[in-house]
Amino acid sequence: MSTKYETVIGLEVHVQLNTDSKIFCGCSTEFGKEPNENTCPVCLGLPGTLPVLNKKAVDYAIMAGLALNCDIAEYSKFDRKNYFYPDLPKAYQISQFDLPVAEDGKIEIETDEGIFNIGVTRVHLEEDAGKLIHEGSIDKSKGSLVDYNRTGVPLIEIVSEPDMRTPAQARAYLTELKMIMEYLEISDCNMEEGSLRCDANVSLRPVGQEEFGTKAELKNMNSFSAVEKGLEYEVKRQREILEEGGEVVQETRTWDESLNKTISMRGKEEAHDYRYFPEPDLVPLEIDEAWKEEMRKEIPELPREKYKRFVSELGLPEYDAGVLTGEKDMAVFFEEVLKDYTDPKNLSNWMMGEFLRLLNENNHSPFESGVTPLNLAKMLKLIDQDVISGKIAKEVFEKMYNSGNDPETIVESEGLKQISDEDELENIVDGIIEANPDAVEDVQSGKDRAIGFLVGQVMKETRGKANPGLVNQMLRDKLMD
Amino acid sequence: MIDKKDVEYAAGLAQLKLDEEEKEKYTEQIGEILDYVDKLSELDTDDVVPTAYTVPMKNVLRKDEVQESLPREKSLANAPDKKDGQFRAPKIMSD
Repeated sequence: MSTKYETVIGLEVHVQLNTDSKIFCGCSTEFGKEPNENTCPVCLGLPGTLPVLNKKAVDYAIMAGLALNCDIAEYSKFDRKNYFYPDLPKAYQISQFDLPVAEDGKIEIETDEGIFNIGVTRVHLEEDAGKLIHEGSIDKSKGSLVDYNRTGVPLIEIVSEPDMRTPAQARAYLTELKMIMEYLEISDCNMEEGSLRCDANVSLRPVGQEEFGTKAELKNMNSFSAVEKGLEYEVKRQREILEEGGEVVQETRTWDESLNKTISMRGKEEAHDYRYFPEPDLVPLEIDEAWKEEMRKEIPELPREKYKRFVSELGLPEYDAGVLTGEKDMAVFFEEVLKDYTDPKNLSNWMMGEFLRLLNENNHSPFESGVTPLNLAKMLKLIDQDVISGKIAKEVFEKMYNSGNDPETIVESEGLKQISDEDELENIVDGIIEANPDAVEDVQSGKDRAIGFLVGQVMKETRGKANPGLVNQMLRDKLMD
Repeated sequence: MIDKKDVEYAAGLAQLKLDEEEKEKYTEQIGEILDYVDKLSELDTDDVVPTAYTVPMKNVLRKDEVQESLPREKSLANAPDKKDGQFRAPKIMSD
């Protein structure tokens, strides 16, 4: 029997913090400016300048640490990580080595296979590097153009324990991290723009073996699906090597999205020896209980807790709870509506259906549309009270979405009220019966489906305003006795 | 304690080019420094917190406020090579 292998994955995730100014100077962090517009002597690393730490970056790092169930350091400091690369004007990056802001946390994730706890080793603060554009490909380029706008933008690096056993778990962990950061509102978490970046350590070991196998470090996975695909490829590659009796080489590999494979970066980088030492230009950080508590108060209910509460307290299906809590504003909007409306499942159907459809079409976030939570509650009540039909409600909803008007006004001014008055419907129903003798005969000979056709004709005649239940009943009364 | 290879390695990391004479000299000098540090290691410091900072200060922080950056021409003024508002660095990979 061949050996069974177990996959071991750990992730290093860099999250750009959405402060207004950089971590050690007052330059703007705004994305999309002309190259090198957001630079000053500090972030350009000119001699004689001194970094001064941005308090908000520390606040955010503490919040992230708390949200990831970490211990927050009472005493923390910064260190220089030394290496030569043109994206780093000082030839060192200010980072944290042995005393990070937060350590020893964990988060819960869920995949199709169940619920898992993934350990968080540490959260540390550091400055981002600049952006390089190679003239031609990286290995053949004659030179590189450097934009230092991003240099000094605050980052937190979140290092996980090697607790993930499948690429799907890694993806779920990354998704959960992203949601947590979004709920905390400390980052835009946009993988395409690089405000969320993920590197992975992957290795395989025979099932039952405690010692880890030789790992590869995987870089350049720029989307959630790339993380999963890159890891899947790498697991397969390593398994094939091991099954053939070979040995995995410890190396950095880059995910090539167009080739759908990982490529060795061996020989393309120097052996890393960063010679960390304490950053003498900064003084240490002491984070006392008061500061920690102040930050704890800033932490809202987190996605996983919210998800569980939506299922247990509101009785929503897990799928609904997942969709609604997947985006913070969606969940907040949902709960706002529930202040004035009492049927969570009906509301959830509308939010995941019409609302999400229009939001996607218009590329809006929930609070950017014309629909306010109160107006959505009002509209749902109009349906429940038979003032409008569910079908007409879709029309009303779209008008609310585009105009920002309340549903009563729209129903009134457009004459969309449902007709639930038998007298008013009598003539129309009679006319439809008269005009459709074939269908009438079908109904009378027991073909019950034909009644649906007749209801449809009445709905058409009333432009969707007739109360379909009532019309159905009236038709049955007229045709069946 | 330290040999020429260590000096060459450290010089490589710092991108310093040393001639043979300098290598010999630094091997000896750095060796002396390390010997001295070694002597300090003889002290029992198990219960002493490492000192990273000698100035009794902590939590020097600034508010998250944007200040004006340098005009780009000034940022680039001393760059030996530049193009399209960007610094131009020599090629990264050696042949």
